[in-house]
Amino acid sequence: MSNAPPKMTASGVDVFYGAKQAIRDVSIDVRQEDVTAFIGPSGCGKSTFLRTLNRMNDTIPGARVSGDVRLDGEDVYAKAMDVVQLRARVGMVFQKPNPFPKSIFENVAYGPRIHGLARSKADLAQIVERSLTRAGLWNEVKDRLGDSGTALSGGQQQRLCIARAIAVDPEVILMDEPCSALDPVATARIEELIHDLRGRYAIVIVTHNMQQAARVSQRTAFFHLGQLVEYGDTSDIFTNPRKERTKDYITGRYG
Amino acid sequence: MSAAVSAERRPTDWRTASMQRRVRQRYAAERRFRLLGLAAVAASAAFLLFLLASMLARGAGGFVETRIGLPLDLARAGLNVTPEQLRGPRSDLALAGAGLERAVDSAAESAFPRAGGAALLSDAAWLRVREAVKRDPSLLRRRATIDVPVASRLDIAFKGGGTPAERSVAHALGPLLSRGLNRDFLGGADSTDPTRAGIWGALKGSLLTMVVTLLLAFPIGVLSALYLEEYAPRNRWTDLIEVSINNLAAVPSIIFGLLGLAVFLGTFHMPRSAALVGGLTLALMTTPVIVIAARNAIGAVPPSIRDAARALGASPVQVVFHHVLPLALPGILTGTIIGMARALGETAPLLMIGMRAFIAAPPERLTDPATVLPVQIFLWSDDVQAGFVEKTSAAIIVLLVFLLAMNGLAIYLRNRFETRW
Repeated sequence: MSNAPPKMTASGVDVFYGAKQAIRDVSIDVRQEDVTAFIGPSGCGKSTFLRTLNRMNDTIPGARVSGDVRLDGEDVYAKAMDVVQLRARVGMVFQKPNPFPKSIFENVAYGPRIHGLARSKADLAQIVERSLTRAGLWNEVKDRLGDSGTALSGGQQQRLCIARAIAVDPEVILMDEPCSALDPVATARIEELIHDLRGRYAIVIVTHNMQQAARVSQRTAFFHLGQLVEYGDTSDIFTNPRKERTKDYITGRYG
Repeated sequence: MSAAVSAERRPTDWRTASMQRRVRQRYAAERRFRLLGLAAVAASAAFLLFLLASMLARGAGGFVETRIGLPLDLARAGLNVTPEQLRGPRSDLALAGAGLERAVDSAAESAFPRAGGAALLSDAAWLRVREAVKRDPSLLRRRATIDVPVASRLDIAFKGGGTPAERSVAHALGPLLSRGLNRDFLGGADSTDPTRAGIWGALKGSLLTMVVTLLLAFPIGVLSALYLEEYAPRNRWTDLIEVSINNLAAVPSIIFGLLGLAVFLGTFHMPRSAALVGGLTLALMTTPVIVIAARNAIGAVPPSIRDAARALGASPVQVVFHHVLPLALPGILTGTIIGMARALGETAPLLMIGMRAFIAAPPERLTDPATVLPVQIFLWSDDVQAGFVEKTSAAIIVLLVFLLAMNGLAIYLRNRFETRW
């Protein structure tokens, strides 16, 4: 594996919702060239931790984060960090596809537009085409870019959301159980897509589907009860877990 | 244990008499409930139909005036005006001093000496003659018959009301009488003579008042709702504000009238009876309604849309103006129209700030004395003259049409801005 510095690092992260502690002392590195999977049973805090990486927890009343999260060495929670820019650099795809109730074109063009990334209309159209192509959706929608994004099928909507996220040219893409609302065929398309996007963006994916983690990721982190139990190469986690709890989980004793 | 219990239990026989009765009872209950609902709908439809039919039956006459053909010979009436004067820019002035009113009265006396003479004519009759002369100055030189509006009693009698004696007069004059659209009603303001009383003054007053109310209540209401929903922290203070707003929306409207009287007239010395003050007072009343409706509409925007926009790096203001507000707009508009419709029908608070005065000219500016439709209806319904009965109903028709137009606009706007998912 490479010796380049990690894209994102978290060390000693605690997250509280009011008085309840949701995440306890989690430290993790996210590498640029890898897909990193977070697995664990429901309520183990993997999604909560994911949302600390682009400060989406800020919007939840009563949520409090302590510890150190860095993007390329920059402190994400520093006063000087602009949240709006951080979220453009660390994009996110949600569990349920959530396209805007606008046209397909407008869905993808929205991000570049608010950040002023396109110099002209032609430029914007190019960004939209490139993003949709990368998301593997261009051929399906190129003749109906004016149709509503919500008229697409679930799997297409999720790829539209991925296209929308990559249109602002992020460095990291966080995916919060992106396939849990999709059927197996659409899931396979998304997994293929993750495979294609790997390397261009650092990808972190939360999943409760262990086969999916094994298929798409190079690194896997196992969370349980708000703690990071084990983190390592996916092949090691699934074939040779060091901790008893990890082994019990991936062999299906609980979850 | 469980094996023993299940062994004792026989399979259910669905064909026993008691089972059948049970099924029949369930269907009967279903039918009863459906009939009850249908009856409720039919009852409200009947009430509505009765209201509309009775208003139309009584009020339709208010839009129509009775005219009588008055033979005039203005050349011999001794008017001190010449046709040439009427071509100049000072024609109004020339006619004003011409003694036209007296000429019309004496023409009526000589034409219908037994039926009542000049008393048959409306106060507006000579005005109609004046208009005709202005249009055609040659009338000053020749004999002509001009249709002029009749007095209220004859008008009512011709439409089938009044006393038997009045109806026989109307019958005798029958061939001379005709009906026509009452332009004074649609274009004029209040008057002590029912044949001259018009609704336009009150309609314009209502329009001006509504404009003031909308311009104040809509932005203040929507901005408050946005702040409370999107920015304000949830704490004791915002809870207090929420409770206060909910209570304000339920405060009887006359209290707002007293507030308007004390604040706008008492403290700020704004003009009495003005559409401006009426609009301000009604805005106080309407704002809480809009805040509540807008908060509900904003709260109904799915959080996933906010998340999606935030995750793309949209700032809070961009999230609100690009996504939340457009999606909430149909709901906000519906709430606004409901609030405005309530304000349009409001009488009590406007009585407190003096909008119940007799106003004989339509308001030109926001600070001019004005009245509004519901107050006008209230004033006319209070009048003892028989002619005002149909005016009251006609004014109600105008108010209902105004309301329907507003609701129609709301439905149009809502459909226009509605997002299809």
